[in-house]
Amino acid sequence: MSERTENVVCTFCGCLCDDLVVEHEEGRIVKVLKACANGQGHFREYDPSPRLPRLEGRDVSWDEAYSAAGEILRSSRSPLIYGLSSAVTEAQRRAVELADRLGAVVDSTSSVCHGPTGLAMQGVGEPTCTLGEVRNRADLLLFWGCNPLVSHPRHFARYSTAKGRLTPEGRKSRTLIVVDVRPTAATKAADIFVQVEQGRDYEVLTALRALVQGKAMERPSVGGVAREALVDLAERFKNCRYGVAFMGMGLTMTRGRDLNVAELFSLVSDLNDYTRFSVIPMRGHGNVSGADQVTTWQCGFPFAVSFARGYPQYGPGEFTAVDFIARGDADAAVILASDPGAHFPRKAAERLREIPTIVIDPAESLSASQATLWLPTGVAGIDTAGSSYRMDGVALRLRPFLKAQRPSDEEVLVRLIEEVIR
Amino acid sequence: MIRIRGGKVYDPANGVNGEIRDVWIDGGKVVAAPAVAPADVEIIEAEGMIVFPGGVDMHTHVAGSKENVGRKLRPEDHRDHLRSRKGVLRSGSGYTVPSTFLSGYLYAEMGYTTVMEAASAPLLARHAHEELDDLPMVDKGLLVTMGNNQFIMDCIAKGEKERLRHYVSWLLEATRSYAIKIVNPGGVENWKWGRNVAALDDEVIGFEGVTPRKILEGLAEASRDLGLPHGIHVHGLNLGQPRSARTTVETVAGLDGRGSHLCHLQFLSYQGKEEGHAFRSGARSVAEAVKTVRDLTFDVGQVVFGQATTMTSDGPLEFALHQMTGHKWVNDDVEAESGGGVLPVLYDRKSRIGAEQWMTGLELFLLVDDPWRMALTTDHPNGGPFFCYPQVIRLLMDRDYRAEVLASLPPKALEGSLLPDLMREYDLFEIAIITRAAPARILGLTEKGHLGVGADGDVAIYDRVNVDGTACRCSRFQSCRRALSRVRHLVKGGRWVVRDGQIVEEVKGRTFYVAPGFDASLEDHLKDYFERTYTVAFDNYAMVDEELPLGEVIPCRRRNGSF
Amino acid sequence: MALTLTLVTGRTLAQAAAMHKGKTTDHYAAVTRQAEINGEDLAELGLAEGDEATVRTKEGEVRVTLKVSDLPRGMLFLPMGPCANVLIGVDTEGTGMPPFKGLSVEVTP
Repeated sequence: MSERTENVVCTFCGCLCDDLVVEHEEGRIVKVLKACANGQGHFREYDPSPRLPRLEGRDVSWDEAYSAAGEILRSSRSPLIYGLSSAVTEAQRRAVELADRLGAVVDSTSSVCHGPTGLAMQGVGEPTCTLGEVRNRADLLLFWGCNPLVSHPRHFARYSTAKGRLTPEGRKSRTLIVVDVRPTAATKAADIFVQVEQGRDYEVLTALRALVQGKAMERPSVGGVAREALVDLAERFKNCRYGVAFMGMGLTMTRGRDLNVAELFSLVSDLNDYTRFSVIPMRGHGNVSGADQVTTWQCGFPFAVSFARGYPQYGPGEFTAVDFIARGDADAAVILASDPGAHFPRKAAERLREIPTIVIDPAESLSASQATLWLPTGVAGIDTAGSSYRMDGVALRLRPFLKAQRPSDEEVLVRLIEEVIR
Repeated sequence: MIRIRGGKVYDPANGVNGEIRDVWIDGGKVVAAPAVAPADVEIIEAEGMIVFPGGVDMHTHVAGSKENVGRKLRPEDHRDHLRSRKGVLRSGSGYTVPSTFLSGYLYAEMGYTTVMEAASAPLLARHAHEELDDLPMVDKGLLVTMGNNQFIMDCIAKGEKERLRHYVSWLLEATRSYAIKIVNPGGVENWKWGRNVAALDDEVIGFEGVTPRKILEGLAEASRDLGLPHGIHVHGLNLGQPRSARTTVETVAGLDGRGSHLCHLQFLSYQGKEEGHAFRSGARSVAEAVKTVRDLTFDVGQVVFGQATTMTSDGPLEFALHQMTGHKWVNDDVEAESGGGVLPVLYDRKSRIGAEQWMTGLELFLLVDDPWRMALTTDHPNGGPFFCYPQVIRLLMDRDYRAEVLASLPPKALEGSLLPDLMREYDLFEIAIITRAAPARILGLTEKGHLGVGADGDVAIYDRVNVDGTACRCSRFQSCRRALSRVRHLVKGGRWVVRDGQIVEEVKGRTFYVAPGFDASLEDHLKDYFERTYTVAFDNYAMVDEELPLGEVIPCRRRNGSF
Repeated sequence: MALTLTLVTGRTLAQAAAMHKGKTTDHYAAVTRQAEINGEDLAELGLAEGDEATVRTKEGEVRVTLKVSDLPRGMLFLPMGPCANVLIGVDTEGTGMPPFKGLSVEVTP
């Protein structure tokens, strides 16, 4: 007899869709409704059955695993705690605590996704809003360097083209503008597609700021975009009721990085002199937004923090994981709910394989398969509980619907802390 | 059992004014002196020391979305303000916006044991509670903003008082909150249209007939009918504007008491243009208005010279500050409920506006004779960091010190000002009122802010020999700012957590909230409302008990029927 | 014939789906080495759709399979993953972010 759980939260991406229906039978998920392809994969491919930790290629008991982990951490002089973004807030809090008590460096996957966005925010501020304001109020949507149909597939339906208080006709109540360097599924769904030359976002944004401020533009085009198109955009921005800009890796990973984002944030700030405008970074992993929050509230800085001197030091470019590892400064690593083995540049990924690593992850990721010690944990929102922060900072409770057969990330980290304090 | 022996005790709620006596604590509570002391009693020698109830900060921003935006926004604030991990204690950073553990330690070291986080949008309450859970050493509570809530404004537009009351009650419980916060009623909703409200009878866009006045009245009535321990907590209209004193006077008259609390009143007591100056203190008219009304309290929101981080649900205010200063600005519009912003500022003693703000706060302290009606706050970190309270205390207790600071202000600011002529000095008994007894009473926390039998075992013990081991050399120890700057000992919930100035044990505090009850039929209505409005499912909105293991319900005294 | 193109890496639906099945599978490896290119650039290389090519930076080189898409001329797209990461350096310009987009690469048949 299968059971049905409603309003399940999916933690695959930063949308945190919380309307899924999951059917499960004898501790297995048999059907997932309303989820996108990513969400389906998140629920359907997870096998909740108990698993033993794996130490240097062999299965070991949990006690043996913990003492091996303690050994690794206690003998490290410069450990790195990395990842955090797919773990629940409770686990992230423990991860930062572990870093504090160890004198380690702690960094989240923010540093290779929206880290530059954080730097931009620290430079110029960030006028933002929750996704419900997008649903209820926004009549102009600007997507810059992001492709929600691939990275956040239900974003349109649930938020930016949904019907709301002032947007009774949903998609028809809005103008949808997409800026990208190449045509994508999102550019095809747009009313206006603005194709920018790769690496020229900053120039285009600066031109838009100038036009919004009423300055004349003499050049016929900037960054591959014609003057007329830019003038048209500036006018649309100034004359909408409530505009919202969404931005993604197209800005943060491209030449200029945080400067690109700061220019967009400044443009959005400027527009509030004329109308209302907000910006929402399209955060990727289910709780990467929470990783920023937790690290910030516990030590004052959102990522790239070293506790080596006993107090928190902030160092993007220095304590960010790719730099810290590639420079050879990390001599051991705890990797929580992320996969640098698959997603870091080769030099950093290879260096990671040369040092002892402890990977805490429900799935056997590339990092887990290469780890000294893999600790297989449960998945929050399936068989363990916790909270996650949506891309707009709204925290949701993840309620388990299956009985836990594996420890949670939080339980594992508490044990690691005990090993370290001992 | 703990015996605090031989200290000079100030316990205004019980009429104790500097008497030498013992305080006994057992099972986390203050108890009567036992006939025979048990053998294992712990004795805290307090001879020559000042014994106060644990401090109560009734309006501070230490946890939640805005506070954390402030932390993230300002690495420059933290760089020179760091604390290392030590024993069981965590490391931390931050001056105007300290990290959570550090905030808890700083409060404890100052002798405070209860704090109220003064504003969260209901939708973001879960976040605030998670941070509060990482804020050790103090008991706490959360106020949620309701003054721009669309469901509430819909109820007011339709005249549905009963539904409004049920909803308020549901929302307080769902967000595990302690009281109703109102911030610039109607103004934040209008800000989502790029506008604001300037007067009590301005209309809220999209809500026919709804005005700031009606929102205040509607929520004041709901709060009274539900018998909430703390009345509506109001941040009024025109905050920071030169016309604010006038709207404050009107607001005071309009509320006619009703158990309301006006927060950080200093920021709402300015006058200007029409009185012949660009920006001046309007404390006199506000103090007069407050004195004529009973059943109305306030906290000051004193400005402290130096860096501050402004953070408020008053979105249009932060935008105005951004336009004025050009400083980096964060805004956050929260669906169906609220908004907010964050912006760094500097209160410069060389600036006339800064000087006026500073004088306005002190004038309010000194003009209102009854200390039971007010609480000492800086609206941390809006007026300055909370750990500057001892500096404010010295300003209140020592008119020579006041004169010294006044002499450093721009002479133009002093021309025709009230403050240089105010000679009043607070004594320790009055300080104990505005930092302990009054805020606890205003909040309706009957076991806080005093040392009578049954009170929580929260006791702050201050010593002339300061924590760095050197004796205070000044002749006026009791009015010296160092007197109350850092405790020698602190007992929290019956545990001796600070010994000789050092935190020896990290304790977790409780979280107070109210649950006055509501008619279950409201939930069906809300489900439908959530479907139409929110991006979060109704089932995923309310907090559950397991999220708040140290939650404690404070009872309400209902006035209006069973529900 | 060698062409200098600008490499852009990014998320794709196929890459995400393969990731759920497991990053240790051959399928994931195949999906993440599927490059997209403009048709004219492909012709200039003298290659056809489905052919393999070598992509090279100073960090390393990889073999990819080529697929025509509506990319602008001069651009090469690769899904994020271990294949693309061979080409990406670790100079983050003080931000922590490696140059995942906008890297100059040499493509040869």
